[in-house]
Amino acid sequence: MTMSNAASLIAFGKRHRAALAIGFLLIFPWLMPYEALAVNILVLGLYAVGFNLLFGYTGLLSFGHAAFLGSGAYGCGIALVHFGVPWFGAILVGVLLSVFFAAIMGFLAIRTRGIYFAMVTLALSQCVYYLFYQAVNLTGGENGLRGINLSEIGILGFSVNFLNPTTKYYVILAFVAFALWLFSRLLASPFGAVLEAIRENESRARACGYDVARVKFIAFVISGAFCGLAGALKALHLSIVPIETLHYLTSGQVVMMALLGGMNTFFGPFVGAAAFLLLEDVLTTMTSHWQLVLGAIFVVFVLFFPKGIWGSVLAWMVRK
Amino acid sequence: MTSTRISKRRGGISRREVLAAGAGGIALAGFTPSLFSIAKAQTGVIKIGFPVPLTGPFGAEANDQVKAAEIAIKEFNEAGGFQGRLAELLVRDDKLNPGEAATRTLELIEKDKVNYVVGSLSAAVQLSINNVTKERGVIFNSISQSDAINEVKDWSKFTFHEALNPHMTAGAVGRYAFSKFGKKVAYLTADYAYGHEMVRGFESAGKPLGVQTLADIRHPIGASDYSAFLPRIQSLRPDVLCICNFGRDQVNAVKQATEFGLKEKIKIVAPVLLYTARVAGGPEIFEGVVGGTSYYWRLEDTVPTAKAFNDKFRAAHGGAVPSDYGALGYAGVRSVLTAVKNAGTTDTDKVVAAMRALKYDFYKGPQYYRDCDHQSVQSVLVIESKSKDMKDKNDVFSIVGIENPDEKNLRSCADLGHKA
Amino acid sequence: MSGLTLELLLLQVVTGVALGSVFVLLAIGLSLIFGMLTIVNFAHGAFYMVGAYMGVFLYGLTGNFWICLILVPLGVGSIGLVVERFLIRPLYGRNIDDPLLLTFGLGYVFIETIRILFGLNGIPFSTPAGLRGAVDIGVGYFPLYRLFLIGATAVLVLGLWLFIEKTKFGLIIRAGARDPEILKVLGIDVSKIWLLVFGIGTGIAGLSGILAAPLQAVTPEMGIPVLAEAFVVTVVGGMGSLIGAVTAGLMVGIVVAMTSLFMPEMAKVSIFLLMALVLLVRPQGLFGRAGLMG
Repeated sequence: MTMSNAASLIAFGKRHRAALAIGFLLIFPWLMPYEALAVNILVLGLYAVGFNLLFGYTGLLSFGHAAFLGSGAYGCGIALVHFGVPWFGAILVGVLLSVFFAAIMGFLAIRTRGIYFAMVTLALSQCVYYLFYQAVNLTGGENGLRGINLSEIGILGFSVNFLNPTTKYYVILAFVAFALWLFSRLLASPFGAVLEAIRENESRARACGYDVARVKFIAFVISGAFCGLAGALKALHLSIVPIETLHYLTSGQVVMMALLGGMNTFFGPFVGAAAFLLLEDVLTTMTSHWQLVLGAIFVVFVLFFPKGIWGSVLAWMVRK
Repeated sequence: MTSTRISKRRGGISRREVLAAGAGGIALAGFTPSLFSIAKAQTGVIKIGFPVPLTGPFGAEANDQVKAAEIAIKEFNEAGGFQGRLAELLVRDDKLNPGEAATRTLELIEKDKVNYVVGSLSAAVQLSINNVTKERGVIFNSISQSDAINEVKDWSKFTFHEALNPHMTAGAVGRYAFSKFGKKVAYLTADYAYGHEMVRGFESAGKPLGVQTLADIRHPIGASDYSAFLPRIQSLRPDVLCICNFGRDQVNAVKQATEFGLKEKIKIVAPVLLYTARVAGGPEIFEGVVGGTSYYWRLEDTVPTAKAFNDKFRAAHGGAVPSDYGALGYAGVRSVLTAVKNAGTTDTDKVVAAMRALKYDFYKGPQYYRDCDHQSVQSVLVIESKSKDMKDKNDVFSIVGIENPDEKNLRSCADLGHKA
Repeated sequence: MSGLTLELLLLQVVTGVALGSVFVLLAIGLSLIFGMLTIVNFAHGAFYMVGAYMGVFLYGLTGNFWICLILVPLGVGSIGLVVERFLIRPLYGRNIDDPLLLTFGLGYVFIETIRILFGLNGIPFSTPAGLRGAVDIGVGYFPLYRLFLIGATAVLVLGLWLFIEKTKFGLIIRAGARDPEILKVLGIDVSKIWLLVFGIGTGIAGLSGILAAPLQAVTPEMGIPVLAEAFVVTVVGGMGSLIGAVTAGLMVGIVVAMTSLFMPEMAKVSIFLLMALVLLVRPQGLFGRAGLMG
């Protein structure tokens, strides 16, 4: 492949990144051993993409994003189980709840920088964890929230069998696709350009007259909203919300996924989520010591492939 | 008009494309043929899904459960199976994570098309598995402790509970300890559902005996340091201290209580004493601690089926003996397979009926499933940890009491929300 | 609340000090590493755990606790030296988050390796003979080993302070924490200094592991909850400050102890609330230097 061919291919990909991503995801279930895994990848991929808005595009490393995945999941679940809200509304409730927490956490955390930002987000998300843990009547506490059972859902007057794994995948894909499209539009907008400017050089961005703190805050909240949507979808998929969703290890997982996939690319986090889950799935069958392999792979990536899988692939294509 | 064109160039896609994709997606979803049907195979291998936490802090128990379950499968197959159909165990690692367990269960049901599911260790995980299986009409026989799974909120007619629940074990230990060691009781409780269930079990056993609760001190689950709670417990001067937590938490709490010198004036009891926890904690730390369990291998001294099971396990695993949770793996699988034979079919509803009617003695004495909540009514052993007179390295407990199977020791059906 | 006497309160405070001692040791290691290298060591809990296992193993071989107290920090520190030299050094000059991410993955590797070597269950370890039993400290009986722990921590902190304040190497460390460029100008090989500091920091983590081993179950996962607590202490005290680590460690220990007495369910979250509060009011921590961040 010549240089100009590769470059124009990449340019084409950049212009239609959302469409290409969605196109790929349409055929994705046939590439996976079972649909439940494919849905998990969809949902966690969205989680990683939402996280990456802050990490890859704004340059802020948060260790507290589990709070948004979790509050989205719990919001959706509680609305459905305890208040009988129909599924569509429940998803909305989930997103709103995660936006709520993102606003609070963002407001408090934006004042800090660098390593301290990671630490504050970690501490604040642990507070959210304990909050949900203690509200046993609503959340089920340690036992998790059960009973998010959707067997049939109504879409535009049609009744769709949600227990059918393939159907479930495409319904969830509809939401994820919409989110990806929205995300792409956002990045392409002037707002997106400001985010990248802040990542490259915060002082210069401020010198250009941008209200950096406000932009960071908005980015934080939007990132939280995407993760909240992912959480709500996850709740519908698994029919439960485990309390572990809010634990800082879940925050750590999304960091790994974004890094594995490639934090400077649009689709990278998705690839990272897929790689992470597939690795876990495959490794578990091969050895009970899969955590060793996973940790080692992660170390290797940090050392030698900081661009991540997808980032390295793209870079290699350009180099050719 | 101009804005649409600009957005196209900027890398977005137009609204028209989104709507088209959406409509296409819905059409696809609506018209997907039944590539999938929940009906399980009525011929061929009988598949039993077995999700257990092979990795993580209870890996040892889980591996034991697998070993014991495989013995049940082997027994079944060597006896000719069911109408020539053999059984197969599909083991999956749920990593002690409810989300992972739900995914694995979906995999087992949707991809592997299992007939039945047995397994789980930890309350949260079994509730998660149960949530998936009951929605899809698959029998789930849970082999770990929990009170919640019998409650009407989570329960379904496809849910069976082979293991004990905290109410039963705490009750048995309470009835033994309170009459023997004293009526003033303090609790050190892990602050989660399982912990509270244990306390409730103790208190309901203690009430008719006139037991007085001095304090119920809650600690956060997963705490590694209990020293902050011990001075207060000491100052209360109880006769009995019930440590209501599990696994690592229990080892830590007992270790530190011993170190603070609590054992000199206070009898320490626990609702459940895990074989593996005792081995990991060591004889000194657990010396004199009394607890409950569903099974201890020395039961073979008095119960013939225990000996038969132990011998099979020893033969298959180089002289090793089954642990408490391990034995549950055996019983859980064997119940289901026996019910299939009794029902004369693998059809779920008929197997459910057969399990409800089942009276069995597989490894510890007589057992049967209670009607209202499918709880296995069985004996509870009260054991005391020992450090002297150990016949061999496996002989870590003495059986000091056996509570025979009795529905009175369970929470009442009404209590659990079931209509009579 | 019944039975709440002055004795009980004071006993609880002493308990808090003992609890805080472990925090102090962990925080010192973390703080040193961050102060000098600006690395957040997410594998610190794993080093702690390795130290505990190494200690139990060596104690089984030698039967002498004191020798183990010397060998373990040396052993764990050596592992730290290898990690710094081959895994972390290549990351200098790159993204500031990279060492954090690498140590995060490294933690998993350590935990699983210990599981492979020693099994899943954990190994028993009782208080060494000679340090068992409880003594009457005036307000009640208190475990002798915990008094020893407080004492050992005090000795270590004093030794470290002397080392940093009074020796030439300590001078270099202080200079390097303030301004690494100066060291290069003075012709000192900074990479060697960083190597040694990382080794010392992890060595202290290993030491805290074996010191904590008699207190709790020695399991592969023992470092995970401890890591979060250690971060809280380090951040509250101020990254890079020895005094901060000591003060915050004791403070957090006492806060946990007192919360456990009055509101046990809040004991765990109380430290995270404290951390959030300090970070919002004084982001550099109580004794940290402003500007010592990203």
